[in-house]
Amino acid sequence: MTTAEATTSRKLTYVAAIADGLRCALREDPLVFVAGEDIAGYGGVFGHTRGLLAEFGPTRVLDTPISEAGIIGLGVGAAATGCRPVIDIMFMDFMGECGDEILNQMAKMRYMFGGKARLPMTVTTMAGAGMNLAAQHSQSLEAWFCHIPGLKVVMPATPYDAKGLLLAAVRDDNPVVVVFNKRSLGMQGDVPEAAYAVELGRANIVRAGTNFTVVATGRMVHEALAAAMALAQDGLDLEVVDPRTLQPLDIETIVASVRKTHRALVVHEAVRFGGFGAEVAAQIQELAFDHLDAPVGRVGAPFAPVPFSPALEKLYVPNADRIAAEVRRVVGLQV
Amino acid sequence: MDVDRNVLLDLHRRMVRIRVFEEEAGKLMEAARVPGALHLYVGEEAVAAGVMANLTDDDQITSTHRGHGHLVAKGGDFKRMYAELFGRATGYNKGKGGSMHVCDMEIGMLGANGIVGAGPPIAIGAAFSDRYRGTSNVAVTFFGDGASNEGGVHEAANIAALWKLPGLFVCEYNGYGEFTPPARHQAIRDVADRAAGYGMPGVVVDGMDVIAVYEATREAVARARRGDGPTLLECKTYRFYDHVGIRGMGVSYRTDDEVLQWRKRDPVALLEAHLADAQILSSDDARAVHDEVRAEALAAVAFAESSPFPEPHELLEDVYDTSLPAPDEAPR
Repeated sequence: MTTAEATTSRKLTYVAAIADGLRCALREDPLVFVAGEDIAGYGGVFGHTRGLLAEFGPTRVLDTPISEAGIIGLGVGAAATGCRPVIDIMFMDFMGECGDEILNQMAKMRYMFGGKARLPMTVTTMAGAGMNLAAQHSQSLEAWFCHIPGLKVVMPATPYDAKGLLLAAVRDDNPVVVVFNKRSLGMQGDVPEAAYAVELGRANIVRAGTNFTVVATGRMVHEALAAAMALAQDGLDLEVVDPRTLQPLDIETIVASVRKTHRALVVHEAVRFGGFGAEVAAQIQELAFDHLDAPVGRVGAPFAPVPFSPALEKLYVPNADRIAAEVRRVVGLQV
Repeated sequence: MDVDRNVLLDLHRRMVRIRVFEEEAGKLMEAARVPGALHLYVGEEAVAAGVMANLTDDDQITSTHRGHGHLVAKGGDFKRMYAELFGRATGYNKGKGGSMHVCDMEIGMLGANGIVGAGPPIAIGAAFSDRYRGTSNVAVTFFGDGASNEGGVHEAANIAALWKLPGLFVCEYNGYGEFTPPARHQAIRDVADRAAGYGMPGVVVDGMDVIAVYEATREAVARARRGDGPTLLECKTYRFYDHVGIRGMGVSYRTDDEVLQWRKRDPVALLEAHLADAQILSSDDARAVHDEVRAEALAAVAFAESSPFPEPHELLEDVYDTSLPAPDEAPR
């Protein structure tokens, strides 16, 4: 990140950081194009592609029909023949529409072809609940993609990482799924003007602590930081680790933290059962069992579709209070 | 007929190469010398040959689970193809793909595909890329009557027509989607009827007549190269063998009489009769082509069968491309 730190930084929102990342990608490589539903003329339903059409024109910034299978296929064929496409899938919930193109074509082409195919392709999408958008516009399905060999998966938690991970994804010669969080779009943060990449496969210790490790992904990083503030009065000094890249996972950084703190909790917005947290918890106990003073805890959504009613959704989405309560439970304090 | 005699001889050779490759592959499967399942192209040779004779090595194709014929017609090498069927390290895919994924990126063959209807979305990407990169290449996708009902095929056709991509949609209407005839899987007789719904021309040709396929493709490819957009070319053909393997008769889902009627229109025999009538190639000379190709095939089988299996370390290689340094260190 030396390049980034050496240049001018300014405050940008998460959504503007995404647009800035795409702008850098389009500027630095003429083989990059961006295609998706309503991403050109309208600037993206989330505003994350605003301004790109005006700067780069309709041959490089393309509105597509509402055809998720068609446009992921478009990316696969274009990537395999020399382009570096970025394909936007408006909501992560729509990934089912292009399931085959992602899991059987994009992910496997290189291996099935004996290494003869190169797929420098990025798929961007928006996940996350908490905006009263109900069961088909709120899910976090990252675990699906982490389970498919051949894919890389990143979940930026901050504006800085939104731009940096996106640029790393575009520059990578493998298919990468970039999972943004729609409730983080307005979050402000420092974003350098230069084009910089956040290395894939490297976790970030967001808060250094001494006696408890929280591994959190996406927007849950900020909920974990809030929990850490609340727990400080109980003598708990949380270390918050954001993997940033879920696949490939930087398990070394996580295990090093647990060896120091002896307790761990994994937090994500997705449903807890079969979630990404289960894999992290399993690997921690495999690699650091003798260092653990308590079973690894997990916080995730309950096993139900995302409800619409605000009264129910607030019970559904994990937050700082639930994280803090689970930390207390793991260490044996009264909740 | 305005097809040059050299083109006719080229079409004949491509068809014989497919026929011989597939007959030998079928024997290997029957004898359990190759692992897994083979979907053979016998009976449909005129389609691959007639289309591919209009393409260069820079033009791309996407194929199907019945893909050997497409690769042979595109110029695939017998040795590397058979080696792939045997799962050997010398195969096109280093033994990691097998029959259903055999490919040759160097000559624009973007892979056979185990998923029905998965080729067209990829092909429109290749066509988009061809235009984006400023080439005059075209991308051709093959799919069957069964695949014509898959959603991705419609999505791809709509996008290709909308953007006037340099592509060609070739429907190999071979009478069966696995074991189900079109009369029981679609309410139309001709898949080409759907072309109007996409906004592209739809053409139906006799898929047993390689000259008809060649001429229709020539026009469609010229149209695509001119920038006038894709065409849906439907070739009525017939699968002589079963969905998998070499059994073709005595099956539950079609009559032997039906098979025999279609076999009277064997596309290789039809062309050879024409070539003999036109005094372009005698039956003896045609036989010599078969013999020569068979000798090549048998030598390739021997090469494949004596080739090494992939080493254990190959299991985890090629999952990811690791040729680039970490992004921050990448010189840009």
